[in-house]
Amino acid sequence: MNPGVLKPMIAGIPVEYLLILACIVFSIGVAGVLFRRSAVIIFMCIELMLNSVNLVFVVFSKSLQQVQGEVVVFFVMAIAAAEAAIGLALVVAIHRKKKTSFVDEMNLMKW
Amino acid sequence: MSWEILIPLLVLLPLAGSILNAAFGRYFRGSAGIVGTLFSFASFGAGVIAFLQYHPLENQQPQIVNFFPWLEVGAFKVDVAYQVDQLSLFMTLIITGIGSLIHLYSIGYMKGNPGIARFFSYLNLFLFAMLHLVLAENLVVLFFGWEGVGLCSYLLIGFDTHKENAANASIKAFITNRIADLAMIAGIALTYWLVGSVSFTKIAENLPQAKFFQQALPIVAICFFVGAMGKSAQFPFHVWLPDAMAGPTPVSALIHAATMVTAGLFLIARLNYIFVLVPQVGFWIVCIGTFTAFFAATIGVYQNDIKKVLAYSTVSQLGYMFVAMGAGAYVAGLFHLLTHAFFKALLFLGSGSVIHSLHDEQDLRRMGGLKSQMKITWWTFLLGTLAIAGAPPFSGFFSKDLILEKAYFFHPVFFAMGVVTAFLTTFYMFRLTLLAFTGKSKVAANVHPHESPWTMTLPLVILALGAAFSGYLLVPESLGGVDVLERYFAPVFAQGLGYSAKLKNSHVALHHLAPSEELLLALLSLGAILLGFGIYWIFFAKKEKLPSDESAYTGWRALPANKYYVDEFFQNVFVGPLTSVSEFFSEVVEKRWIDTVLVGAGRISEGVASVLRRIQTGTVVDYAFLIVLGTVLILSAFLWRGI
Repeated sequence: MNPGVLKPMIAGIPVEYLLILACIVFSIGVAGVLFRRSAVIIFMCIELMLNSVNLVFVVFSKSLQQVQGEVVVFFVMAIAAAEAAIGLALVVAIHRKKKTSFVDEMNLMKW
Repeated sequence: MSWEILIPLLVLLPLAGSILNAAFGRYFRGSAGIVGTLFSFASFGAGVIAFLQYHPLENQQPQIVNFFPWLEVGAFKVDVAYQVDQLSLFMTLIITGIGSLIHLYSIGYMKGNPGIARFFSYLNLFLFAMLHLVLAENLVVLFFGWEGVGLCSYLLIGFDTHKENAANASIKAFITNRIADLAMIAGIALTYWLVGSVSFTKIAENLPQAKFFQQALPIVAICFFVGAMGKSAQFPFHVWLPDAMAGPTPVSALIHAATMVTAGLFLIARLNYIFVLVPQVGFWIVCIGTFTAFFAATIGVYQNDIKKVLAYSTVSQLGYMFVAMGAGAYVAGLFHLLTHAFFKALLFLGSGSVIHSLHDEQDLRRMGGLKSQMKITWWTFLLGTLAIAGAPPFSGFFSKDLILEKAYFFHPVFFAMGVVTAFLTTFYMFRLTLLAFTGKSKVAANVHPHESPWTMTLPLVILALGAAFSGYLLVPESLGGVDVLERYFAPVFAQGLGYSAKLKNSHVALHHLAPSEELLLALLSLGAILLGFGIYWIFFAKKEKLPSDESAYTGWRALPANKYYVDEFFQNVFVGPLTSVSEFFSEVVEKRWIDTVLVGAGRISEGVASVLRRIQTGTVVDYAFLIVLGTVLILSAFLWRGI
């Protein structure tokens, strides 16, 4: 192996295309987090952002022919799963109390 | 060894009494006075035994009793040690003796006062401090006592804490004394710098060998003299003493007769070997003493408050004593101190007896005719008046004439001033006595004068005996020639006299007048006394007109009647400007400038916060947006600059 040398293509697809795809997915995620009001959808958008990052990790891992990036992806997945579990539990708890899951209405901590 | 233990004991007994009364006084309320008096008398008893054991007429050497080591910093070493010699024993006996009588008197005078335990606690503490002052072996222990009596005078003058004038008077006494103490501290420091020790015996020994001592000695002497002026109420530091009358009467008697005011004289007598070497300073002491004596006597003539007259009389008599001290006639000064302690304590306690019987009436214009109702007080008071006026054969005659004689040696002008003062003294003292005890009664109708209880009259009688006979300790040759006191004090002043003879600039040569001259001077002062009494008797006593209010006098009489406006002068020159400056700093600098800056700083952060907290919406989306915005900005900055 020859680390540090980028392979320009992965399975016949240029690396740039894959990065642009990750960028698009990430932006969709960000837009979702910023513009949607339902906490559940915001969580889904966060998943999108995390997965776009995962995609970048995998692409670079393959391109640099190193395995570390792929290892990180497993960690990200594990943390995402844990975060989704806790986050959804919180959303359910808040929904029970406030009868809503819209984030604008969860502003109790305001000044 | 046996009797040396008495010295710490006699010092500690009053302290024990003070602590007992302070801690448990409220449990023995009624007998607090008895406890205080017993401890005071016990201290006096110890003093008497120590006096007898010391054999003052044979023993030449001072005895040092080292109690415990106190400070040790490098070469600077101070022990709590007591020097027992003729001078300190003399003072100890006066202080504890007359102090004890005043304690006894206070049992009657303060009866029923809710603060009686506190009163006796302070009174005992006063004795404790004063005994340190006179028994000190070094200047630092002396200074401890010096400040101690200052503190106790503050506590005692302001004893009636609810009275505003008493509180003010106590503060005035304290502050006036602190100003003079500044000079005192400088004197102690200078002495240490010159001689390398603060112990009296070492100072006396090492003084002639000290470097620059010829140049520095006048400064040292002036420093100590200014300190003495504060305690002994010499012009212009006399202002605190008349105001100190706001305290209870036994306190006035104690401060005026036996303690506090004698401290300045004691200091000069103790440091006589410094003062004999600087005749130029001695001259100024005589000047200030003469002036104070005359000045205070003129004020005394116009006072209508029975205690104020006596207060100015004290200032005046202290002036006499300073004349003697300045002229180097230390024995004469101490002699007058002794006789004055008797008759002034007697007069104060007598006036207290009057005030007590008239239910706190102090105004001479509302007295009169008390002679028949208060026989013991009247006769003892009359005797005190005769003694202070200097009428033969009572004590004041001998002591005052001795001082006048010494003043005559110094310069006849001082003698003349002294005689005029004696004339004034007789005048105002008879005015006081006759207004209070004879003539028509001007007592308020609901008050029935009565003689005081025995606890008050017994001290009066004992003091009257002292006032009558203490003069026979030192009688001039023309009248029999008794020189017990002269011989008694000889060892204390021998060293100073030796130095001054060696340096050949002495003004303390022991000259004596020829008996005929002595008699002539005595006759002159006697004439002044008769004149004073005569003028009062012929021109004032027969008139039933009451003396006017101090403010009613006009023209030149307004000056002495208003105490020469010394208080007003201090008020306008020192207190007023200081108050204005303080007001400027408190009102303008602090409230306007400093507060503006500090409050302004607070306002600014508050304003900034009120804008910034709008950002905190509490909405998740907003925070997320800000995070994204920040990330984009930082990333673009990196991209633009190149990573």
